[in-house]
Amino acid sequence: MSSLTPSSASYEPTQRGRSVTTRPLLEIENLSTHYVSSRGTRVVRAVDEVSLRINVGETLGIVGESGSGKSTLALTILRVLPPAARIVSGKILLEGEDLVEKSDAEMRHVRGKRIAMILQDPMASLNPLFTIGDQVAEPIRVHEGAGRATAWRRARELLKAVRIPSPETRVTQYPHEMSGGMRQRIVGAIGISCEPRLLIADEPTTSLDLTIQAQYLNLLRELQREHGLALIFITHNLGIVAKMCDQLAVMYAGRVVESGPVSRIFNAPAHPYTEALLNSIPRMSDSTQRLTAIEGQPPDLAALPPGCAFAPRCTKAFDRCHEETPPEFRSGGGRTARCWLAASPSTHEDILVRSGAA
Amino acid sequence: MPVLEAAGLSKHFQARRGIFGGDHGVVRAVDGISFTIESGQTLGVVGESGCGKTTTAKLVLGLEKPTGGTIRFEGRDLQGLDTTGRRHYRKSVQAVFQDPYASLNPRMRIDAIIAEPLVTNESLPAAAVRRRVLQLLDLVGLPARAADLFPHEFSGGQRQRIAIARALALSPKLVVLDEPVSALDVSIRAQILNLLRDLQAELGLSYLFIAHDLAAVAHMSHTIVVMYLGQIVESGDARTLARAPKHPYTEALFSAALPSHPDERREEIILPGEVPSPLNPPAGCRFHPRCPHAMARCSREVPMLADVEGRLVACHLYDSDTSRAPLKIEVAAK
Repeated sequence: MSSLTPSSASYEPTQRGRSVTTRPLLEIENLSTHYVSSRGTRVVRAVDEVSLRINVGETLGIVGESGSGKSTLALTILRVLPPAARIVSGKILLEGEDLVEKSDAEMRHVRGKRIAMILQDPMASLNPLFTIGDQVAEPIRVHEGAGRATAWRRARELLKAVRIPSPETRVTQYPHEMSGGMRQRIVGAIGISCEPRLLIADEPTTSLDLTIQAQYLNLLRELQREHGLALIFITHNLGIVAKMCDQLAVMYAGRVVESGPVSRIFNAPAHPYTEALLNSIPRMSDSTQRLTAIEGQPPDLAALPPGCAFAPRCTKAFDRCHEETPPEFRSGGGRTARCWLAASPSTHEDILVRSGAA
Repeated sequence: MPVLEAAGLSKHFQARRGIFGGDHGVVRAVDGISFTIESGQTLGVVGESGCGKTTTAKLVLGLEKPTGGTIRFEGRDLQGLDTTGRRHYRKSVQAVFQDPYASLNPRMRIDAIIAEPLVTNESLPAAAVRRRVLQLLDLVGLPARAADLFPHEFSGGQRQRIAIARALALSPKLVVLDEPVSALDVSIRAQILNLLRDLQAELGLSYLFIAHDLAAVAHMSHTIVVMYLGQIVESGDARTLARAPKHPYTEALFSAALPSHPDERREEIILPGEVPSPLNPPAGCRFHPRCPHAMARCSREVPMLADVEGRLVACHLYDSDTSRAPLKIEVAAK
């Protein structure tokens, strides 16, 4: 509890002199979150030995299918996990402070203030019984101790910032009076209300129409530029990553199987799963081509195969893949891959085995 | 030869408010649309929510009665059909829906699910039904033992295969695919899209493919119809339409589609505002309040679908190209 003051003190300098710091804004080291059944017999490794980093103002895309652990990872960063989940190991360093070590009371000053989150369904994230103004003003009143009048004035400014037409009348209205796109903007306004350093967006546009999605993604990009936000996009859609992100982490069965700069991964994926995923998307340009499907099903996290979790579906798998779990290999240009192929002797020189850390 | 032809098809709903509320206008969910589905081909329908694509699917499936226009199946008008004819139509037109978790009864075994259309429509001996079920499972790439399992024992992709098998049970001519892959995992979508294309080639099926994923529609379709607020704004050959859209809405829609590669840079057209309420659509061209090219006449005159370079486009921008067609309103939608 006493660490509250030092934490906010160390927060100040980085906020002021953004360019001075070389430390990443958020650094996740070896993070594992497991779901344990009530009798402790069934363990689901939803997030397993994940290491990631994101710099100030950067956009990181976390891509994976359902059950790949991408949403659990987001919940772990915010420490809003369901009771069955445990953070088994690892660190979540936000500007150097480990969020795993923080008490619940301290975390309340992180959530909404320093890290905000936008969820998929805007109707579920807004309370139908409160006005838009109340809901946008709430974090400002809670985190900044602002009075009602001040907070509401800020709320009107925020609605304007997220391009809500006639914010003066909208603040007194209720969520049901808004369209889906407007609700998602309001959730965005709540997200940025306390000027967080990091905004986590979990499938923020899945419920929106295409032209509204384009509007919203542009809005997020503008907000990011204006406020120097770091963005984490959690999505299953590689198109969003191609459009929005600088860095990419591909998750499969709870692990980051590949990470690195977006364009480099799209041009030359290192992990067969990433490659297969990229080949399986229909493209506007060549509609006659047959899609390269990934055979089989995503694995059951409670009963993972030995070795690499993707091996049973992998076209390039060999004996070792079925026996030994590949560690995270690091190659030049900030890329990592959990694949034995990434450790091939031909490229051995520029690869540093990180298994020691795992 | 066309399997299905719709001409001037409309579905208007009476909007009411409250328990005692009287009429509060008419929602023109589908407003005078015409399209043709060729045998063995796919017609893709794209548009945003409220554009009427699902209502169109319901009209084709006979789940809604049209309030105007006609649907012809294999040359015969649906409205003139007798009971036998209607039954034949229902057997010939089947559907696969978005969510395979909701569309399969969790308390029925797979063989009962797939056999249900056979049992209700054809009097076959039990052994023949079973044989057909196994044949269908094989067709959609599922093992024979799947027949004795329940839906919860399958993943999303496998469930969608089961739903496809059920749709094919009566050997239909046309299958309505309403967002068939959007509920599935990314790595599974390609499997299902490939399966649908294989089945089309093998069985000569026609598809009415509805999806919001433009790349998937462009990939699957021979012809694409673009809808906005209940009307068709553009239709034509899938590849040329996707590559070079003509109508400003199509242009904006396809520019809003997400890129498949980060280096892919194209002009982005961000439309202002949102789709207006279909209860009170804008006068003139329904798209004009959001259109970057709107002119004065767009707010007054309804543009008609007209041939523009082998494609149908409803936009005043292309009027000057042709000899200015005489002004026709509403009725001419046929």
